[in-house]
Amino acid sequence: SLNCVEWSLLPPATEEMVARAEQLKGRFQGDPSFQYEYTEINAEDAERLFEDGKEPMIKEESRLVATIEQIDRAVGIIPQGAFVKTPLGSVRENRNFEGLSLTEAKKLSSYFHFTEPVNLKNKTLLEKADLDPSTDFLDSLEHDIPQGSWTVQLEKGGTVVVLRSLLWLGLTFYHVPKTKQYGYVYFGTGEKNLDLPFML
Amino acid sequence: EREHGPYQPHEPGYGLYQPGYSPYDDQIPDPKSRMLAIQNAKAYLLRSSTTSGLNLYDHLANMLTKILDEQPTNAVDIIENISKDVKWAQFRKKMDTLRDEHEILPTFEAAEKCKALFLNANGEGHEELEEEIGETPLPNVMETAFYFEQAGIGLSKDESYHIFLALKKLISVQPIQTCRFWGKILGLEMNYIIAEVQYPEGEEEEETEEEEVIEEGGKGMGEVEDEDEKKDKEDELPKSTYKPPPVIPKEENGTGANKYVYFVCNEPGKPWVKLPPVTPAQIVCARKIKKFFTGRLDAPVVSFPPFPGNEANYLRAQIARISAGTQVSPIGFYQFAEEEGDEEEEGGEGRDTYEENPDFQPLPVAEMVDSLSTWVHHGQSILKQGRCVWLNPFQKSEEEEEEEEEEEEEEKAEEPDELQQETGPPLLTPLSEDEGIQDIPAWTAQPSTNLIPQYAVAILQSNRWPGAYAFASGKKFDNIYFGWGHKYSPENHSPALPPPVQAEYPEGPEIAEARDPTLEEELAFKAAREEALAAAEEEEDEEDAEDDEEEEDD
Repeated sequence: SLNCVEWSLLPPATEEMVARAEQLKGRFQGDPSFQYEYTEINAEDAERLFEDGKEPMIKEESRLVATIEQIDRAVGIIPQGAFVKTPLGSVRENRNFEGLSLTEAKKLSSYFHFTEPVNLKNKTLLEKADLDPSTDFLDSLEHDIPQGSWTVQLEKGGTVVVLRSLLWLGLTFYHVPKTKQYGYVYFGTGEKNLDLPFML
Repeated sequence: EREHGPYQPHEPGYGLYQPGYSPYDDQIPDPKSRMLAIQNAKAYLLRSSTTSGLNLYDHLANMLTKILDEQPTNAVDIIENISKDVKWAQFRKKMDTLRDEHEILPTFEAAEKCKALFLNANGEGHEELEEEIGETPLPNVMETAFYFEQAGIGLSKDESYHIFLALKKLISVQPIQTCRFWGKILGLEMNYIIAEVQYPEGEEEEETEEEEVIEEGGKGMGEVEDEDEKKDKEDELPKSTYKPPPVIPKEENGTGANKYVYFVCNEPGKPWVKLPPVTPAQIVCARKIKKFFTGRLDAPVVSFPPFPGNEANYLRAQIARISAGTQVSPIGFYQFAEEEGDEEEEGGEGRDTYEENPDFQPLPVAEMVDSLSTWVHHGQSILKQGRCVWLNPFQKSEEEEEEEEEEEEEEKAEEPDELQQETGPPLLTPLSEDEGIQDIPAWTAQPSTNLIPQYAVAILQSNRWPGAYAFASGKKFDNIYFGWGHKYSPENHSPALPPPVQAEYPEGPEIAEARDPTLEEELAFKAAREEALAAAEEEEDEEDAEDDEEEEDD
């Protein structure tokens, strides 16, 4: 939506869209039907694309969808225990979740990525034995590369804990400890911060 | 003894242990008596000991409770220790009261700090009401926050109010002429809240200039020593021909990049810290690096090229760059002060002072939004050199020129050419002259709302410094910054490469390595030499022969 009054449904993202959108750089225009042209493209890629019969143009709509998907996948986080995995394998919201305690909320390890876990299998057997399969089935934030790509701050006298991602500048996650409130929002230009290793 | 199975009727002892037929039955025949016996036993257990005041009954009860609670392994083996522990625990009861004391929540501590802000207001409120006749330097933060809120920018009302009170405290402590809430820069561990302040003339603290004096003095001494060494030794080590580029002096407090003084604090309620004035070297270096702020002012900035200073200096440099690039106002709000002789100064410095225009006519919001030429920069832009006003560093020090004449051996090839005078856009240039980044305009303007144009506010967002905003509505306008403190660049940041390795010594034929001659070359050389020798011998022989002949002739 451009004015918070009229909303249009975005198509779901496909891998191909994400791959193509990653090559685009620069700000969004604000017009969903704006056509981007590839500026830097290898000769091989161009041939490949032409062979497939697709044009080297990509609409801003697809770019938007792909960016949203990327952000969700990379930095969408939830506190520990907010979601549980049922024995059947489906992931449900945990209605008994009462929030993290203050000490737990300050630790990065109590937050998980809300996507398919990637690093879970790499843990040692000892660590896996301690995990509780119903709540610990996601990747923790501790092992994000590069280290330190999240900032944890307490606001409002310590009643709200705010995590900000440095990889996608503008992603803010909040949680009120001891309550069920948490969530994340993104306000920003929609560009990945590739200079992160230089900036830390 | 081996266990005996149930007694068969034919065995002796049969009937002895049957219930109701035990040999002791005759001693306690009635259940009532058994109860009495139990009571007697209990009374015995409850009898207090004369030495310690404990009784066995309670002790056994405590011990069993403890065992059942803790469920240690092999309780029967350590039961004596358990008994001892329980007895010992009698004397430690006072610890319980300490453990019950609740922890001081960090929320409470934070609230204590904020309380100080609120108390000050109340305590001094009475006196100040009478004194406030003229304008107060305190900016109306809540009003500014209201306008920015129309655009969706800003902090929460709580935080704005805390900042308001914190600014008030700052003003009461320091002698300040004007004050403005500049914005908030986010950091890794803590954030910075920044106030832009101007001291009245004459009240500035003078920074000690000892550092510069020491540097020049030290340099002079070093060169004198070199000359002595030259005279003493013949084979001196090759001297380094590296001369560091001249240090560009920083601008005076109150002008140019140091026009305003900045105070920062991590949270409202914490004491305000003054940031040191910025030097051109810091600005030049800050342009090349891109680092996050940690939130601690004394943190070192590890980067390449090495940043001269710690985080406080880096923060000040970024603030200077952001201010220079994004402080804007509606056209006509400020005008140049009329002074004579300003136009023809050396190097065309241009004017650097402005004052409010009393005849300012505000433009309607629609016009402010439509074109960027209705806004002008009132922050002076920083040149490449790092200053707002260009300064030729070679004119300044005459001492250096004299020393250069003395040391004739030093190659002057490395001395940079005369610096071109740098000029920047003059003050009060409209925004339409700002160059965009590739194909993005430098600023984006939009009204705060399309639905109620009468009360809409014109909002300006900077694309070059994401996070810088400005609003204008009627006669009011302001700038603010919320962000991480970095410039926007569509390309990735590539750090400067380290400079090439310097030649350690001047190259010359005496130290130039030559290839060792190969065997063939040596043989050829030898053959050639032998030929030459042979030729010489022949000549000698001939001479000898001639001499001999001459002798013979005689």
